[in-house]
Amino acid sequence: MPGLGTSFGRGGATDYQQDLQNADVITIMGSNMAENHPVGFQWVLEARERGATVVHIDPRFTRTSALATKHIGLRAGSDIAFLGGVVNYILENDRWFDDYVRNYTNARVIIGERFADTEDLDGLFSGWDPEQGLYDTTTWQYSGMPVHGAAGQRELGFKGEQSHGAHGAHLKHGEPPEEDWNLEHPRCVFQIVKRHFARYTPELVADACGCTVEEFLWYAEELCRNSGRERTGMFCYAVGWTQHTVGVQLIRTAAIIQLLLGNIGRPGGGILALRGHASIQGSTDIPTLYNILPGYLTMPHTDDYGGLDGYIERSSSTTGWWGRADAYIVSLLKAWWGAAATPENEFCFSYLPRIDDDNSNYWTVGQMLEGNVKGYIVAGENPAVGSANGKAQRLGLAKLEWLVVRDFVEIETAAFWYDSPEIESGELRTEEIATEVFFMPAASHLEKDGSFTNTQRLLQWHFKAVEPKHDCRSELWFYFHLGKLLKAKLKESQDPRDLPIQDLTWAYPTSGQIEEPSAEAVLAEINGWDDTGRALAAYKLLKADGTTACGCWIYCGVFAGEENMAARKKPHWEQGSTALEWAWAWPANRRVLYNRASADLDGKPWSERKELVWWDAEQKKWTGHDTPDFDEEKPPDYAPPDDAEGPDAIAGSHPFIMQADGLGWIYVPQGLEDGPLPTHYEPHESPFGNALYRQRANPRRQVNDMAEDPYNPVADEGGSELYPYVLTTYRLTEHHTAGGMSRFVGYLSELQPAMFVEVHPDLARERGLEHGGWATIATARSAIEARVLVTDRMRPVRSNGRTVHQVGLPYHWGWRGLTTGGAANDLTHMALDPNVHIQEVKALTCDIRPGRRPRGPALPAFVTELRARAYAERAGGKHVEPSDTRKTG
Amino acid sequence: MRLVNSWPVVRQVREGDPLGLGKSARSPRSERLAPRTAEADHVVQSICPYCAVGCGQLAYVKSGEVIQVEGDPASPISRGRLCPKGAASKSLHSGPLREYKVKYRRPYGTHWEELPLEQAMDMIVERILRTRDETWQEETPEGKPGKRTMGIANLGGATLDNEENYLIKKLLTALGVVQVENQARI
Repeated sequence: MPGLGTSFGRGGATDYQQDLQNADVITIMGSNMAENHPVGFQWVLEARERGATVVHIDPRFTRTSALATKHIGLRAGSDIAFLGGVVNYILENDRWFDDYVRNYTNARVIIGERFADTEDLDGLFSGWDPEQGLYDTTTWQYSGMPVHGAAGQRELGFKGEQSHGAHGAHLKHGEPPEEDWNLEHPRCVFQIVKRHFARYTPELVADACGCTVEEFLWYAEELCRNSGRERTGMFCYAVGWTQHTVGVQLIRTAAIIQLLLGNIGRPGGGILALRGHASIQGSTDIPTLYNILPGYLTMPHTDDYGGLDGYIERSSSTTGWWGRADAYIVSLLKAWWGAAATPENEFCFSYLPRIDDDNSNYWTVGQMLEGNVKGYIVAGENPAVGSANGKAQRLGLAKLEWLVVRDFVEIETAAFWYDSPEIESGELRTEEIATEVFFMPAASHLEKDGSFTNTQRLLQWHFKAVEPKHDCRSELWFYFHLGKLLKAKLKESQDPRDLPIQDLTWAYPTSGQIEEPSAEAVLAEINGWDDTGRALAAYKLLKADGTTACGCWIYCGVFAGEENMAARKKPHWEQGSTALEWAWAWPANRRVLYNRASADLDGKPWSERKELVWWDAEQKKWTGHDTPDFDEEKPPDYAPPDDAEGPDAIAGSHPFIMQADGLGWIYVPQGLEDGPLPTHYEPHESPFGNALYRQRANPRRQVNDMAEDPYNPVADEGGSELYPYVLTTYRLTEHHTAGGMSRFVGYLSELQPAMFVEVHPDLARERGLEHGGWATIATARSAIEARVLVTDRMRPVRSNGRTVHQVGLPYHWGWRGLTTGGAANDLTHMALDPNVHIQEVKALTCDIRPGRRPRGPALPAFVTELRARAYAERAGGKHVEPSDTRKTG
Repeated sequence: MRLVNSWPVVRQVREGDPLGLGKSARSPRSERLAPRTAEADHVVQSICPYCAVGCGQLAYVKSGEVIQVEGDPASPISRGRLCPKGAASKSLHSGPLREYKVKYRRPYGTHWEELPLEQAMDMIVERILRTRDETWQEETPEGKPGKRTMGIANLGGATLDNEENYLIKKLLTALGVVQVENQARI
């Protein structure tokens, strides 16, 4: 999400699935869309019917490849090299959309003179502090203008803080930035980007990625010829891009391409982030995430000072819609603490607890292992199978004092204390595990009202069909009644730490025998109301004086006019193709973000074929096929006066209204931990060194120094030959995530009845693997077994001068349910992307050998022995490049 | 003779249905067949709980039970289709492995025990407050403001409703729990 957020201003898919039919070229990369978003994929097929080119770029030939115009094989983890090559191609061959780039992006902005690029520093940017292991980003800033960090980032800059970056950073008003409209100044963004990717030639791409020069050139040309005024292209990506230590930068590369080609904000253009769960978008918007508050406001940090005013100062931008952060936070505080929140007490701002730089889930697992986290509530998730390094997860669970698991079935996370690989091996013994466990059956989606936010930011209401049975309850019921009981218990408390609970507004009406709280009442609070209690219609009506309350400012409008807009079900055949009256999308029911960019400086569509929104000079407003993502009445030639603030400071020609300068950011001066531009780095575990730079892997990636998370030797270190194959993990249509919703379901278990490992015939021959037989796959963490599937869809890659095989594993299996099997995450590690703390399970290394795995204590013995041998080789042989200061195990 | 005349092959020839795809493939039994959905008392519009495409679903209800789940043709995104997972929603909802009762494992216990729901809620509340007290950080070890408990964590959200995520974040933040996380980061 920070990849899109820092580039455009909002961290969410810029487009909607049906718009795929309007694309002339579709790139599916880091995604197997036909497999994992099958019904959404119908829109790709519609596009093909209309003559679009569909390209699938992936390590494997999959169901998506089978329906694409062309599949290009790619080494897992080499995506930035490939896409960087595309950027280079666009710039070298003059293929960018010039009017768009000059006017709507920051290509013309000049960067400060102390900036040094990875080309100058052999894989590092200026400002690297090897002792602290992070960047001082001061030298990355625009020349002549101090750029302040994204909302919540503190002045100090030396903290490795992650700005969520779902929104853009802000510019402090001072002198205007230096710009070169000719795009020729050596330090303008355009020229910096050109130099940065200059060595990403087709030949380098072919070598780094294992594709051919012809394939690459075909694709680059296909992409370019399908962009511009008359034609547009869309990118679709999923966790094949996010689950890398360079995940955010990977997405950024696509953002750069799309800005250069002028595809953002256009019909059939944009970037369709394909998210994986029914409401994962909703769970980041209204976040059950540690570092943000609803609407991408930041949680206050232990280092923050200055109370509410200080928080607002740091969170705001003087320009753009983040200039109204004060209204958003005050309205949220009013929603949560109601009458108790007054101007005198800063609206109960001090009630908010403070976060550290990193309190993310993998950090929590480390805390569990150290005995600091004692209680854990898990609702609708299965970390014993679904999170990286399964063994570390389960060892962590065994250290808890108490655990609550809420789910439909008894998932692995609930049963770890008597049924797990560690119980089988003897590493854990049931009688020695102190963890108290509560399993609570959950209500299904058919047993509750509520809304999901899908991958295109659309809030869709699901109606309750039947009552839940016996002890089954919704999470709404559970947390509501938990809160009610807590309030009752703390009612008489005199301890000030209990004030936030005592003052919390919690009077949702309930109904029925089980006293189910009203989901619609909660949605109404999320939408917000004014001081007469009337539902607010739009976020621009929010105020900072305490007269409005709003649980999530980006959702404001979903309950406008007291109508549940998310529950609108007007059939698609009764409306136009944007279907604005089915459900409701944030923000303000806009379907294509940044759609001002679909029109030129005069407000006229770039072409009739690609019209979307335009300026109606007679009516003096923006209009069109979509809700304009722009101030409806702001004319295209509006020039903000010098003292303009907030949204008024955004010009009529600036489509990226959440950004401080209203521009799409090709170069990101602030907001990301690992660079203003994407750079090819090898994965944390890889058979190869970096062909481009001395800096092998992302210097800023998070690695752990814990016994439970050991790493394989890499590149040309001794011992890496014991884990010589590239391992990638992925998903199947018939199963879902960690299996809790599919391995316990009859039909789905029949359709995909066994865990398997995919290998190319050459690898099978090399290792003695038999199709249909068994194989054991091992890493420094653990080993699992799987049935062997020999297929030439798994290609070896010729890269860095040699051939390396790739091994593929679906990750759905665990040891419980109707279909059981080895858990791929028992093999993976917890090294993370520094911006979002997501694990790198798309590219790592492994060993594979024929036969079933050892049983009982022989399993950890086997794993330990192999690892010890590898480490002995490493100790005796060549070490990793000195510039790579991170520990590797 | 009647037996011979009712033989499908004979009927194919006689009734002008040489490919056996029409009239001759029908029988009194097949005439009486109807989709389960025709028996429903009412139909409820829902949304698929699996991936983020967000297909529309129609839940057919009879006598308080869901008898089938089909795609919702009205949805502009899915236009009535469902993938194998969405199509299996009824099994997800009422399959034989689904749990309906609270289960409790005591410390060092070797088996599950029964526990009334209400008692489970009281016990959980008690543990939350106890752990919160034991691990409260008014200030961090460096003396900075904390106002939090570092001993409790919550995981989950991507499979839950917006309204549920909202209550989770709201309640836990007010309790001082900062380690609130979900699948978006996994």
